[in-house]
Amino acid sequence: MSDKTLAKLSANEGIKIRSNYLRGTIEDGLANLSTGALSEDDQQLIKFHGSYQQDDRDLRPNRGKHRLEKAYSFMLRIRVPGGVATPAQWLDVDRVASAYANGTIKLTTRQAFQLHGIIKTNLKRTIKEINDSAMDTIAACGDVNRNVMCNPNPFLSSIHDQVLKAARDISDHLTPRTRAYHEIWLDDEKITSSEVEEEPIYGKTYLPRKFKITIAVPPSNDVDIYANDLSFIAIVEKGTLTGYNVAVGGGMGMTHGNEATFPRLAEVIGFCKPDQVVDVAEKVVLVQRDYGDRTDRKHARLKYTIEDRGIGWFASELNRYLGYKLKPAKPFEFKHNGDRFGWVEDEAGNFHYTLFVEGGRVLDTADYPMRTGLREIAKIHDGDFRLTANQNLIIANVSAKKRVEVEALLEKYGLAQSHKRSALRLNSIACVALPTCGLALAEAERYLPDVITNLEEKLEQVGLRHDAITIRMTGCPNGCGRPFISEIGFVGRGPDRYNVYLGGGHAGQRLSKLYRQDVPADQIQPVLAPILEHYAKERAEGEHFGDFVIRTGYVAATAQGNDFHKNIKPAALPASR
Amino acid sequence: MLPEHSPFSPEQRQTLETLIAGLSVPQRFWLAGYLSADETATAVRAPAAPVAATKLAILFGTESGNSEKLANLSAKEAKKRGFAPAVKNVADITLADLAKIENLLVIISTWGDGDAPETATTFVKELTTTTLALPKLRYSVCALGDTSYEKFCQTGKDVDARLEAFGATRIFPRQDCDVDYEDAHRNWLDGALKAFGPAETSPTVSIAPISAQATVEYGRKNPFQAELTERVLLNGEGTSKETWHYEISLEGSGLAYEPGDSLAVIPTNAPDVVEGILKSSRLTGSESVALNGSGEKTVADALREDFDVTALSRPVLTKLQAFAQSKKLATLLAEDAKEQFKDYLWGRWIADAIADFAPQGISAADLVSILRKLPPRLYSISSSPLAHTGEVHITVASVRYHAHGTDRKGVASTYLADLVQKGGRVPVYTNTNKNFRMPASGDTPIIMVGPGTGVAPFRAFVEHRAALGQTGKSWLFFGDQHYTYDFLYQLEWQEHLASGALTRLDVAFSRDQPEKVYVQHRLQDRAKELYDWLENGAHFYVCGDANRMAHDVHGALVSIVENQGAKSRDAAEAYVEDLKKSKRYQRDVY
Ligand code: SRM
Ligand SMILES: Cc1cc2nc3c(=O)[nH]c(=O)nc-3n(C[C@H](O)[C@H](O)[C@H](O)COP(=O)(O)OP(=O)(O)OC[C@H]3O[C@@H](n4cnc5c(N)ncnc54)[C@H](O)[C@@H]3O)c2cc1C
Ligand SMILES: Cc1cc2nc3c(=O)[nH]c(=O)nc-3n(C[C@H](O)[C@H](O)[C@H](O)COP(=O)(O)O)c2cc1C
Ligand code: SF4
Repeated sequence: MSDKTLAKLSANEGIKIRSNYLRGTIEDGLANLSTGALSEDDQQLIKFHGSYQQDDRDLRPNRGKHRLEKAYSFMLRIRVPGGVATPAQWLDVDRVASAYANGTIKLTTRQAFQLHGIIKTNLKRTIKEINDSAMDTIAACGDVNRNVMCNPNPFLSSIHDQVLKAARDISDHLTPRTRAYHEIWLDDEKITSSEVEEEPIYGKTYLPRKFKITIAVPPSNDVDIYANDLSFIAIVEKGTLTGYNVAVGGGMGMTHGNEATFPRLAEVIGFCKPDQVVDVAEKVVLVQRDYGDRTDRKHARLKYTIEDRGIGWFASELNRYLGYKLKPAKPFEFKHNGDRFGWVEDEAGNFHYTLFVEGGRVLDTADYPMRTGLREIAKIHDGDFRLTANQNLIIANVSAKKRVEVEALLEKYGLAQSHKRSALRLNSIACVALPTCGLALAEAERYLPDVITNLEEKLEQVGLRHDAITIRMTGCPNGCGRPFISEIGFVGRGPDRYNVYLGGGHAGQRLSKLYRQDVPADQIQPVLAPILEHYAKERAEGEHFGDFVIRTGYVAATAQGNDFHKNIKPAALPASR
Repeated sequence: MLPEHSPFSPEQRQTLETLIAGLSVPQRFWLAGYLSADETATAVRAPAAPVAATKLAILFGTESGNSEKLANLSAKEAKKRGFAPAVKNVADITLADLAKIENLLVIISTWGDGDAPETATTFVKELTTTTLALPKLRYSVCALGDTSYEKFCQTGKDVDARLEAFGATRIFPRQDCDVDYEDAHRNWLDGALKAFGPAETSPTVSIAPISAQATVEYGRKNPFQAELTERVLLNGEGTSKETWHYEISLEGSGLAYEPGDSLAVIPTNAPDVVEGILKSSRLTGSESVALNGSGEKTVADALREDFDVTALSRPVLTKLQAFAQSKKLATLLAEDAKEQFKDYLWGRWIADAIADFAPQGISAADLVSILRKLPPRLYSISSSPLAHTGEVHITVASVRYHAHGTDRKGVASTYLADLVQKGGRVPVYTNTNKNFRMPASGDTPIIMVGPGTGVAPFRAFVEHRAALGQTGKSWLFFGDQHYTYDFLYQLEWQEHLASGALTRLDVAFSRDQPEKVYVQHRLQDRAKELYDWLENGAHFYVCGDANRMAHDVHGALVSIVENQGAKSRDAAEAYVEDLKKSKRYQRDVY
């Protein structure tokens, strides 16, 4: 590449090129004990290894006064393709969380584990111990394919086995091949410079941006396919998996005040057979690798490639890369994107218990020793654990004889009551935000529970306690909690200030629309309470909240991303209030 | 009349007598002070002392300099009384030299847990392991110590016993001094000097006491009231430690210091602590008491300003018993109850003892009669005078603990933390420590091991080298509990590393991972480079906790030399002993 083209490229492209397949100077950085931080470039590279440098934002203001640098630590994201982990793996993550992290386990919106607060001097041993437990962190972040999601469907275990295998195959196939990860964290031999090293799929510069893949099994859209770059929708005919519809071009992230950025729904472009899944995944990645915008990180996701060149262009280009044509898509229907809580029995006679985990944060509190309870269960559990895309946890494949024991422990640690909550709370998602997230503009995980508590009073009054309404809060418009496809969405604009979005589809199939901008935190309840009351009184039979607010004119419907910033009612903007 | 044996020719005596006779008392005092202040001048005026003068060797063994001060003071006094004194540090003599001495005064302190001062260890070890015959030696020992330690004045006692065992004559009984040692020393010196030679009366003796004070300098008797100009908490939110950085102005004091020196702080007791002892004594606090020297005071003021009202010790309890006549205390003080006695002392204060053994209370006069004077506390200076003109900085860990059902605190560390506001005054004086000095050459590499507050002097070292633009390599080993909260002066170290004033930094934080990691482990991790540095002439400094750290670091050092230098254990120990002798291995531990 000539310097001229280099110059145009976004900074991260240069970092990737110079990094020698993601090595950079990470090893020297780890050895420097005078600071808990890494160099700017290495901070970008370490993401590809599954970690983000962060600092405790609660402590930021006073650190300098104590003659200390920021309270740096690292977040570690552990890949769990399809969200399925063994009890042994659960116990390892649990142990590491206490030994090196902040004592909590975060179940993410992409069915992965996250640990927070790992200081630099402990990072290597943490990653090593995670790998010893047959899990890894490589490509959990960075400009590569991320943790592959798949519906943890407890009902049809035979189908689940197949989609889970597909998810794992895709994940393995798209995992970077660089030895850097093994050299830096697992003390493998260094590759001597003579040997040429290959990234057959990604190449030296990897992808223009992160890339996300899911597999859904209708009628559940729990993995939120519309928010992903690439999704496979399992088509099950007479109990057998005949193939997958292919959907591309979804994403959430946008930037306040920049209308060239917007959330976008994935579009279904065709159908492929089960044995074509890995190939299709690879070729979609390759098209994005070759055509994605590497000059502007805010315009680099597949959704913009497709927005700019058209879905038709993409479909034909993909067929060209494939060397064969995708078949026409098959009919399917999503009914919801939430989880179903409590016990269910599957076709094979095994039992599954879905546990509500508020904000996906597994921890012990004085009155709710959730983490201890799950540890005790993991010790005797003979099935597996499944992380859901809604930040909840399924204690899966419990044999009939073990169920009694598990139930006893659920009772003992108060976990049996976990879903005796309002349907609103059970259908909530909050991203991490403060204090660890470096991009947070406002609280989310620490604040949404209060917002819901304030609303529950109203719900009780008007009798909506058992009506599922999806409600999601994120600390910034990056949309980690997928707030733009929920019926009620809060997105941080600044300390204690949120944009309120309404009208998302109950199954995550429709984008929402800005209802009120810059609502002070304490005004959220007054803003929403009347609408909920109205919904309780005048909703049509089986009408979802997201549809109701559009019919009754609170917001206009959003058809697709390019229309997200349009048709916003004047009342939404502070100026006119 | 000037004495026969005074170091003057008859003619000189003649002139002097007429001269002195013609002087007013103030003039005499001034002259005495002037002469005693200026050794060289006197030396020039009076020709070398004739054989007539009795030779007197004054040996001292010191850690923080008190014994040395007293040795010099003793020399001045001895000279006035016609002796020819020679002051020496025991570190600089061998046992063989003892044989050449006829008249000897020893002033030596005790450290650690009944150990000899760092620089005196070799001498004391030889003294106790070999046997000599010193029939001609006449001697007396002044032992410095602290009654709050179990092995009070142990080193002095040992030295005294050994000399006697060698057949030497103890011409004056040993004096054991507590931390308020001035008076005890003066009396001992007077007695010992009289015992040695024909003691003199006027005019010298009448002049002597004054001349001792005549040289005006800030010290424990008259500390400098310094302004506290800045106070910074060095631990971050989330820590379980409390370490303060204090900046103190020395403007106008004329007090000077070098890196390695320490600052003495004279604290006052906290109001609640005074309340406590008044309560258990059943006193209101308004009772007035007489203090020798400083007149009358209310007992509350006296307890706050003048006395050590917390530290329990055998002497205090023995004196208390005189008033208490308690059976319980009697059994505790019994020779065979040493263990119980120790257990009782742990975590208790004098107020507890009064409540336990004198429930009826104790009169104000009796109370102050059982207490010792409030001792100053030393703090390693953490600033370079070149980097902070007119200032001195210290780095202090607040002592706070819970024992026997109540929260307790250290006197001086919490006096600074709780009772002195920014802009307030702190009574201080500087304390030279010749045994903890930067290398003469700025090119000499230095290795600094200073976990916790032990890092203090090394901040001064590095600042000093930076200020002087010295380019010698420097390597700091620091440690504490948590990297994130307890990395004392982290931002400053980063700057020094960037500027090159500090070459290397290794850290050990004990509580960041399941297993405990301390500085000695980091030393081991770096064994090879470390040995290379030593082989290239590096000086090795250790500061901080004496009880465990200093000992473990010493062990690590020896085994590093043993392994890296492929030496036998003995050879390695000799190598390290050599480092000490050549002042390349220095410690400031407490
Ligand atoms: C943990 C998690 C939220 C949660 O509470 O579960 C999360 C947390 C973060 N996300 Fe995310 N994202 C998470 C799912 C998502 C999703 C939802 C999804 O993938 O289904 C999205 C929206 C979908 C999408 O990608 O568009 C999402 C869109 C982003 C973006 C915006 C990307 C964009 O194209 O605009 C960023 C910022 C960026 O990449 O520049 C981001 C960045 C971040 C970072 C790493 C902030 C940063 O870059 O410094 C957050 C770390 C916070 C912390 O302290 O842990 N995260 N992030 C989710 C981890 C998923 C996983 O296991 O891999
Ligand atoms: C040469 C030298 C240099 C020094 N440099 C420094 C320095 O740089 N920084 C620094 O902070 N200190 C330094 N010190 C130590 C300092 O002089 C004081 O000893 C220290 O601050 C404690 O004094 P204090 O008056 O606060 O506590 P004190 O009133 O003297 O109380 C201390 C006593 O309290 C008791 N005690 C303490 N903790 C407990 C516990 N957990 N349980 C039961 N009993 C307990 C013990 O009997 C202990 O002896 C140095 C000492 C020396 C000799
Ligand atoms: C860390 C430390 C340990 C001490 N240990 C003892 C001891 O075991 N026994 C004792 O009598 N005095 C002990 N002392 C008191 C000293 O001997 C006393 O302060 C003396 O005045 C110091 O004299 P120097 O400056 O000549 O060393 C100790 C003092 C310190 C600071
Ligand atoms: S949405 Fe924003 S605040 Fe929330 S985790 Fe993602 S990046 Fe952080």
